[in-house]
Amino acid sequence: MLSGQEAVLLGAGSTDTALAFLEVGAVVFGLGLLSRIASRLGVTAVPLYLIAGLAFGEGGLAKLDVSEDFVTLAAEMGVLLLLFTLGLEYNDAELRNGLRTGIPPGLVDMVLNAGIGLVIGLALGWSPLAALLLAGVTWVSSSGVISKVLADLERVGNRETAPVLNLLVIEDLAMAIYLPVVAALIVGGTLSETLASVAVALGVVGVILWMALRYGGHLSLRLGSGSNESVLLGVFGLVLLVAGAAQLFEVSGAIGAFLVGLALSGHAQERALELMSPLRDLFAATFFVFFSFQIDPADLVDVAAWAAALAVLSGLTKVATGWFAAKRRGVGPRGRLRAGTVLIARGEFSIVIAALGADLADGPQLGALAAGYVLLTAVFGPLATKFSDQISVRVTKKKPTALQPA
Amino acid sequence: MTVVRETKLPGVGVRHEFNTSEGATVAVIVHHDGRREILAYDEDDPDAAASLLSLSVADTQTMAEILGVSQVSETVAEVRQEIDALTIEWIDLPPDSEFIGLSIGSGRLRTRTGASIVAVIRDGQPVPSPEAHFVLQVHDIVVAVGPSDGLTSLRHILAD
Repeated sequence: MLSGQEAVLLGAGSTDTALAFLEVGAVVFGLGLLSRIASRLGVTAVPLYLIAGLAFGEGGLAKLDVSEDFVTLAAEMGVLLLLFTLGLEYNDAELRNGLRTGIPPGLVDMVLNAGIGLVIGLALGWSPLAALLLAGVTWVSSSGVISKVLADLERVGNRETAPVLNLLVIEDLAMAIYLPVVAALIVGGTLSETLASVAVALGVVGVILWMALRYGGHLSLRLGSGSNESVLLGVFGLVLLVAGAAQLFEVSGAIGAFLVGLALSGHAQERALELMSPLRDLFAATFFVFFSFQIDPADLVDVAAWAAALAVLSGLTKVATGWFAAKRRGVGPRGRLRAGTVLIARGEFSIVIAALGADLADGPQLGALAAGYVLLTAVFGPLATKFSDQISVRVTKKKPTALQPA
Repeated sequence: MTVVRETKLPGVGVRHEFNTSEGATVAVIVHHDGRREILAYDEDDPDAAASLLSLSVADTQTMAEILGVSQVSETVAEVRQEIDALTIEWIDLPPDSEFIGLSIGSGRLRTRTGASIVAVIRDGQPVPSPEAHFVLQVHDIVVAVGPSDGLTSLRHILAD
């Protein structure tokens, strides 16, 4: 039974609470419909979430007034969970293998794709830091979109798929260095302060990574047993703790979450993936909507031409990257084109990187450009790779032969 | 001797491939969840593979049996796994253990943890299969068998 006073206290907030429920409920329900539409169309839902955010955010069709604190925190958790589950995907044998064979294509990938973003950012007259963030936006392909496309187009067994997946591993590892460094640069200060905070950031990443590899097995044994409830709460709590600790040192919390994902292996990894994926889907969707909430559609119109140019140019550089990576493994021209085109799609990571720059002077333009750019590449990249064999055939004027199970 | 080439697919599993005596290329992907996928490569585009079959772990065994391949190695691995799932552990009873002076049966330890106490070592002498009314003393060493998480909780109950 509630005492009289408590009842009054609860009652006082009830209209606000009701409104918040209605707003959050409407947003989440709407996202559910969008995700349905996306899977009907066979595309990733991220572009649709971004469009939804645009429609209901700053200067959109209708301004929602959702409890800002709640949504902000939920969006931040979305980033953590996105990176955590990404870290879960790989085990350390795969990481080592990726590092052994993937450095040269990884470097080509960085120079071409981060390079194009950096050049365009500077051409737009942005600060070097904003241009560096745009470099990150164009650098990283979307593991989420690409693994789905590979499965949908039944290319997992293709010979070009191994170099493609290895390239994704290298990109994700590179992010473990890139994100903390740019986070430190954004905090800024004098040159020596910045250098110190970059050093601290890399040191913290190194320590967490060392602990992840050293104690990962032990941790997995402890966390992986018990009921679903205890695994879910234990893992989720640990992700937030490590991310929070990393954030205290002004290292991106997302990287802390990523490293926790890497640390878990075996049974704990499988259970965490199964239990955390629904949470990830909920919070990550919130993150994408919240990101484009803050974008003024007018800004997006201003940068539309740049976004299209960037999509085309960085599409070509990704094709070149994939071509190079596949050729090194002795894959033929058609496979090389498939590898190149499948890499065009950018997604969750690009948005995470652009969100880092929200408070910079060029932040609004960066956000708008990144949103437009991800919309274009996440929709047209998968289409380009779907028709890549037809393109090859047309170019080489060879009769197409359908793939038939023997 | 046929050469089987192995390629790691991060986040997916491992792909094994070989050339048949007729010159076709066949690949088997062993997914992380144990599922096997059998693929054949296109003659015209030797890098593209079409998935022919997807097999669960049980299907794989049936398939192997029909193909007449010896299953000895697979079975040996399985037996070892079953034994792997059971672990044996020696737990020293510290002087502050809650179970000093209590009988094994009073803690309903097997029901609570899934681990069974198979022996107690007292003053260097093993007491095999102690009865439920066997009373534990300081410096007893409890020998228990069970799944590793059961043993962990048994250790917590007895020694923490």
